Formats: sequence, structure tokens, C-alpha cells
Amino acid sequence: MEQVLVLLHTDETGGLPKAGLEAVAAGARMGAELGGAGFAVGIIGAGVQADANQLAGCGASRFLVADAPELAQSRYATDAAAAEAVARQAGATIILAPMTPRFARALPGLAHRLGGRVDTHITGLAAAGGTPVVTRWFYRQRIEGALQRTARPWIILLDPGAFPAWTGAAGTATAEAVPLAFGPALTRTTVAGIESPAAGQQTIRPDADLLFVAGAGWTKKQADGQPHPADAEAFILDFLRRSRASLGGSKSLVDLSGEGHAVLGFMTHMNQIGQTGATPRHPKGLATCCHGEEPHVVGWRFITERRAVNLDANCGWARGKADVLYVADAFAVMKRVNELLTDGN
Amino acid sequence: MSEAFHIVVCGSVAPDPLQTLEPVTTAAGPGLKNEMLLPHVLDPWAGHALYEAANLAKQAPGTRVWLVSVGPKAKLQQVMMTVAQKVPFELVAVDGSASGFADAHATAAALADAIGAIPGLDRSRLILSGGWESATRCSSVTLQLVGERLGIVDQFQGVDRLTIEAGGALRLTERIDGGRHQVSVVEGPPVVVGWATGYLPEPPNNPQVGMANMRAIMPALQKARPVPAAGGGAAFLRVEQPKQVRETRIVKDVPTEEIAREIVAWVRGA
Repeated sequence: MEQVLVLLHTDETGGLPKAGLEAVAAGARMGAELGGAGFAVGIIGAGVQADANQLAGCGASRFLVADAPELAQSRYATDAAAAEAVARQAGATIILAPMTPRFARALPGLAHRLGGRVDTHITGLAAAGGTPVVTRWFYRQRIEGALQRTARPWIILLDPGAFPAWTGAAGTATAEAVPLAFGPALTRTTVAGIESPAAGQQTIRPDADLLFVAGAGWTKKQADGQPHPADAEAFILDFLRRSRASLGGSKSLVDLSGEGHAVLGFMTHMNQIGQTGATPRHPKGLATCCHGEEPHVVGWRFITERRAVNLDANCGWARGKADVLYVADAFAVMKRVNELLTDGN
Repeated sequence: MSEAFHIVVCGSVAPDPLQTLEPVTTAAGPGLKNEMLLPHVLDPWAGHALYEAANLAKQAPGTRVWLVSVGPKAKLQQVMMTVAQKVPFELVAVDGSASGFADAHATAAALADAIGAIPGLDRSRLILSGGWESATRCSSVTLQLVGERLGIVDQFQGVDRLTIEAGGALRLTERIDGGRHQVSVVEGPPVVVGWATGYLPEPPNNPQVGMANMRAIMPALQKARPVPAAGGGAAFLRVEQPKQVRETRIVKDVPTEEIAREIVAWVRGA
């Protein structure tokens, strides 16, 4: 019978990230579907009793905590060592964890240390024949596959946003402390801090309802024969402020910015979606001035409702990928959209 | 800068992003239809890692850069004709599968073996790098597995910047959630660095660099050791292209005012 462990970590605030609660819900379901053996929760961080208490009602049979000051920082060496200690104490055969940057970095190494296997970016999870079946994408969201493994332990990293989050009442959890020892070889790395975009310049909002995708068309010559990057920048930033949307950019637009052209100064590779960018999850997506496969196919693979504004009614990438294609001048449309959002009409 | 680095970039080939990919079932498991006929490129994030390595080498005289690739020899040769013109490096080729369905653990083992066999490699000065994710398997695990096999426990993923500090420490900027970066400082090599895009543009082609590189690349390709495809214990139940094609409503010859109002209503959830 499988032993399911849901492995979590705290974030820089000391709390559990939403993706962790999604893993808890998935673990509870797997624990029930894989022979009803239940599941354990492991938490890595500094001062994690409150986090265990938050999950007291989730149905876990055990709470294993790796609690140490060194784990307040997201660092491969200590994270991998702590995860190894928790996994060994749990005797886990199936380890579910959120694919946060911290665990995406550390848990593949855990698979090697345990002699197991790891699969990442999991977007679907089910049970068949007493073993998990995971779904993930290959070739940058172009091919989808479902697979099982016989090797154990099997570490499964769940893509954030792909599963519902666990919600429930907090309580008092009986936590089992996992013995830890961090020698100097594991603390050669020190976290110096977090760099955030300047206030008002934050354009990436993972929890936003809307993804606004800007394409290179914003930098091209307009009807008067001149490009208007300043207007484009103003319209886009104004829209982001009013709608609280997250900003994505096509590769061509992002590359223009990176090459020092006088275009959309706020656009960086962090905003890029597509083959070499992100594939974010949002309920809605609005693509503007985009002409290409990457924004329309790869970049919004996980966007539920999709609309596009561009001047080409025959845009082969928007057709069949968007729900609505507005054939119009994005400058004029977004200018008016901003006015309407201001008016509250 | 007092000490040079030994930078090993792991990276292989990937189908050109503009190609349509169709999965097929082969004797060895899932694959791509006409895979060997598809045009290939150097995996984009591995490319960034290679350019960053060359940039670092310019700052640290005596630094050596190797590109270690596991892929079909014929495809590697084609892609190297272009990549070799970008920056100076030495190729270590392993003749194996670059498929997205190949097992990451087996690929990591092949890479670690090849790296371990590089003559003169100083592991105490090793920067093991590559893309933080490939455009094929897209798993973000291979570099960590190689690092573990080589005993490197200072690892960084989604790196956009690496700078060398006084005293030889390395400052690394890694992508985290919400468009933010985590900044870490490590005392020095050995480290694993999985690059995101960084901030460097793609270098222009330099025929002289290409000619110098190719003198060593061709013998390296000829010496490429074959490694068998390994399944790694995964049983694929299905592999398919997404079928979803949407019925797109085309809104044309409609006043801007009407379009704007419709978009605003939609944004607001009406």
C-alpha cells in the first residue's frame, strides 16, 4: 500500500503558500483513492507549528515538521537535506509537493538521494490500479501525456493553480519533530534578499483574473506612418492599473526591449510568455497586437477565456485559439477601454 | 578576478519552435513523427546559459567553457554549424536521445559520466550550468540530478544574473513568484546554475570563432560515445496533441466604442 506524503514549505512570510494548500487537497484525495491508507503532511520552515495547526483539520494522519532557523531561507542545500529527513521519517512512497520555485529547485535532488523518480509540472492527478496517474505537458505545452511509474519513492510536483486548494478550520496539530543537522557545507549560500519591482511597476500578478498580452504590434508604425511607443506604454500601464491585470509579452516584443530599443521600458523577459517564457494560469486573457503562435497557443494554454484585438481578421493564430477576435486598432480600443474603466460605466 | 572557472554548460537540441509536432508511438516509447527530419535548434534556455558562460569567461581570464550535449549525433552536428559561430567553447558530445520523452534520470547519468571524464576539469572551480528547463522534456530536474551526482549542493535555478564579488563569492539572482528575484551569495564554486533568460542578447555570428570551434567540434562528434535510450520506469498511458479548437467569433467593422464596451463588460465579469 502506498504511503502518501504531502511535503510543504513556508514562504518568506512564514505562512503556507496557496500552492501548498492545493497539494494538501490533492494529497487528501490520493490518500483516499490509493487504498485508503491516508496521508501524512511534512512541513519545512522556521517556526512551523502555526502552519501545522492551520492544517489540523485536513485529515492527515501525521504531521512531520523540519523546523530550524536555517530553513527560514530558501536554499537548495538545507532544503534538500530537510526534505530528505522528512521523507525518510515518513517512509513515503508517493510524495506530493507544490511546484514552487523553492521546491522546483530542491526536490529533484531529493529524488536522487532517495533513489526514486521525480515528475514535475503535473497538471492532472488520478488513481488507477492502486497507483497514481499523472498528466503533464511536453515540448512546451504542445503535447500532453499521462504516465505511471513503478519506481518508488515517486516525487510528484504539482503545478500551482492546477488543483483546488484545501480549505478548512484550523486546530491544534500534534507535530513530530524531524531531527536535522546542518553542517557548514550546507550553509555556504546565504540569501541576501528579495528584489521586487519598484512600487507601481509590478506588472506580473499571478493571482490576477486577467492576463493582458502585448505583442510587437504596439511598437510598429501606425496609421500616420509613425510608431507611438510612448502612447503604447501609457495605454498599457493605464490598463494594468485600472484592471489589476497581469502583463505578458510576446517574445518579439520582449526581445526588442532587451536589445535596448526605445520601446515599452517596463517589459522584460520576466513578462515573456510562450516557448521560452511562462505559461501562466488566469481565468481570462486579452491579447493585443499579437501575431504568432507563441502568445496564442503556448503562452495562453492555461487561459480559460481568451479574446484578442488585432488588425488582421485572418490571423491564423488567433482564429481557433481565441473565443473572440476583435478586428480593430488596439490603440483606439484600449484608449477607450481605459476611459470606460475610469468612468465606471 | 584571481581565479578562472571551469564552466560546463549542459544543453542539447530541440525541434525548431515553429515546427508542428505530432506524437507517435515507437518501439522505444513515445516519439515525434519524422523527428529526425525536423529542423532543430540549440535548446533556447541552454543557449542563454552558453552565452552567459562565454560572457563570464571574458571576465575571468583562463576560464574554459565546455558544452556537454546528449543528442543524436547527426542533429548535434547540424546545430553546431550555427552555434559554433556564436561564442568559443569545447564540445563534449554524447550520442543519445534528446527526446522530450526520454527519462531525465538516465540523461542526468549520461551527462554526469561525460562531465566526470573531461580531462583536466577542476571540480573545485566548476560552474555546472544549463537552461533551468528544456524545450523538450520541460521538467526542470536534469541539472539538479547531475549536480547531485557530482556532489554539488549549492544549486540555483531560474537564474537571470551571476556576478563575481570581491573575494571570489558569487552573487546570483533567481526568479521567484510574482515577477520577483531572490538574491543569494555563495562562497564560490562548485555551483549548479540553471539559467532563465538572463539579460544578454544573442551574440552575432562570428565566422572566425566558428572556424576555431569547428576544428575541435568535428573530432568531438566523431568520438561521441553512444548511450542507449533508457525508459526510466515510466509507462505512458497516452500521449497526444491538445484537441481543443475554439469557435472564434470574429468582430469586424464594429465601432471602437462598441468593442471597448464589450471588453470592459467582459473584464468586469458581466
